[in-house]
Amino acid sequence: MATSSALVMGAVAYDPKVVTIWDGFQKYFGARGLAFDYVLFSNYEKQVEAHVLGQIHVAWNSPLAWLEAERVANRLGRRAEAICMRDTDIDLTSVAVVRSESMIRSTGDLKGKTVAVGASDSPQAKLIPLNFLAECGLTPERDFRVLVFDKLVGKHGDHIGGERDAVRALLRGEADAACVLDRNHPAFVREGTIPSGATRILAQTPVFDHCNFTILDDAPGQQIAQFRDLLLSMSYADAEVRPLFDLEGLKRWVPGRTQGYAQLSAALNRFGTIDAFVDNLAPRCK
Amino acid sequence: MQIDVDLGSLGFSDGGHLLVKRALRTAGPGESITVAGTSPELEIDLRAWCRESGHTLRFEPKQPDRPAHAVVTNGGAETDRWSGAQRAGEADAGQPGAVVSHASRHWGLAARSATVEAGSPEFRFNLVDKIEVWSDDAARLYAQAVAAQWDPKTAIPWDTPFDLDDDVEDAVVQIMTYLIENETAALIVPSRFIAQLHPHFREVMQLLAVQAADEARHIEVFTRRGLLKRKQLGRSTSGGQASLKTLVDESEFAIASFLLSVLGEGTFLSLLWFIERYAPDPVTAAVARLAAQDEGRHVAFGIAHLTQHLNNDPSYRPRLADAVQRRHDALQHTAGLNAEVFDALVLIAAGSWQPQDLRKGHQRVMELTREMDEGRQKRLRRLGFDEAEAVELSSLHTRNFM
Repeated sequence: MATSSALVMGAVAYDPKVVTIWDGFQKYFGARGLAFDYVLFSNYEKQVEAHVLGQIHVAWNSPLAWLEAERVANRLGRRAEAICMRDTDIDLTSVAVVRSESMIRSTGDLKGKTVAVGASDSPQAKLIPLNFLAECGLTPERDFRVLVFDKLVGKHGDHIGGERDAVRALLRGEADAACVLDRNHPAFVREGTIPSGATRILAQTPVFDHCNFTILDDAPGQQIAQFRDLLLSMSYADAEVRPLFDLEGLKRWVPGRTQGYAQLSAALNRFGTIDAFVDNLAPRCK
Repeated sequence: MQIDVDLGSLGFSDGGHLLVKRALRTAGPGESITVAGTSPELEIDLRAWCRESGHTLRFEPKQPDRPAHAVVTNGGAETDRWSGAQRAGEADAGQPGAVVSHASRHWGLAARSATVEAGSPEFRFNLVDKIEVWSDDAARLYAQAVAAQWDPKTAIPWDTPFDLDDDVEDAVVQIMTYLIENETAALIVPSRFIAQLHPHFREVMQLLAVQAADEARHIEVFTRRGLLKRKQLGRSTSGGQASLKTLVDESEFAIASFLLSVLGEGTFLSLLWFIERYAPDPVTAAVARLAAQDEGRHVAFGIAHLTQHLNNDPSYRPRLADAVQRRHDALQHTAGLNAEVFDALVLIAAGSWQPQDLRKGHQRVMELTREMDEGRQKRLRRLGFDEAEAVELSSLHTRNFM
């Protein structure tokens, strides 16, 4: 466990704004009596490793990183807990979009076609939608070709660029469908990546959850309780907090929950995405 | 049952979100509205939008007595965002309290009377106090300045043929050279303060901007007249530059305004009308006349703003007097007015090299300096200096005129 008296959080540097965000939180927590520091990682796998090895107390995890941490912890007989998340991490969906004039009317019509997806480790733009299509009876790379747009692998799709490239491939005719997060579809229309009316939604996944603050069973209880209480008391009406919330994309923090990770967990089981990672890390953390 | 927002076939992201936003705003935080529509993507888009906007959402299936619809509950984020906002004064400067005595640096570039979100970044404006910068006359003078703008291309009879003796042409070129460097100082000084002035004092900012634009035009026409018959301009002296440098270096707005507009440009007014009167050609007369008209407004603003300042803080008057003394002390070992400018003024006022004409020309320039002195004393008295102070301060004014 980290020896400093400060509560140390890990986060992944998927964008320079991450520094602004966590510097702001550090100042906010410090002013309220919680010594807080953070460590940035270039990828979630390294963050999970550092967490299990006790180098950080709490991790701001992607849904995939949460499942990585949980599975490694389980393998070690330990317990992981999601203590807090953003209101915007609750009940997301992903959509498969096609060109408006496309003859594809149902998921079954994707048989023999090409589906563009985001980064290979993106829950929302690859793993969950491909699992959803598999549930619909279409096995990836057997029943349809998967065109992957890897952008910043290791950042679990936090960077939107992979989804944007997938949509561009759809518009260029290189793919017959593209998988994106529900909110990114209208966002791509607003920013001009998708000409208005050029695409339509073919299918939508069931709801799933996104990031959470993860702790393991050796986390310092009192500091974690204070950290969580401070998060839950932050208000969008506070002018000091609001710019940080706007950057991090939330209106309020909510208590963590884990039922929203079932689809991603099923996808990992189906595709074996993190098996090697868990097999490799767990023995090193005993 | 009544549906609050029926989008019909309008897509949510094709403008439908505006109707939902409006209804939620009317309902207020914590209140719910019902939304229905037939766009196939409505449910998906509405779900994503509500999540991002902090609203909660519930879908109700079709029942015998009601259509399928969504229930959206206002999460209050918009109200939260504006809860600590401040109104940045009032738009109409004529209303009491519209222009505040101390403008918040957090108001930044926001227009006066705009509602400014709390937590907006702080701008490093130095001039934030009304007393330092404001004049009730600024709006009127700005409107007057805008209406009086002239086009150098058409306002000056550039093509009128004339032919001067070489010496007289040289004298005009020397005067133009001198005017250009003085007007350059008069452009730089207000420009420096525009960048330091809080935009809350909009009318003053606009007036200073148009003043700088006036000077840009003056520089243009003086340059063009100077080069009308010559390939290069005349001489620039270190004494003249030293005098102007004290203006450019002055860091306090009110003092700079006093030295430049009230004393310097005030003195220049007399000079420009003098040049207009004795100009040997129609182009010189026109550039001097048009510049003099503009300078009149600059002087008027300087006096209006300082009068208001001194009415609010009479103890500031001795500081103005000190500034004149300081500038005099700094310049006492410099040559003052460029001797060649003086000679050039005598020559154009004489109109020829005949000794009796030169005597007359010299007398006219002496008369000009007396007029300049009287003008300065008059303006100083208007600012509340007594007779003796006005006489003394005027006598200390730079020999370089500006």
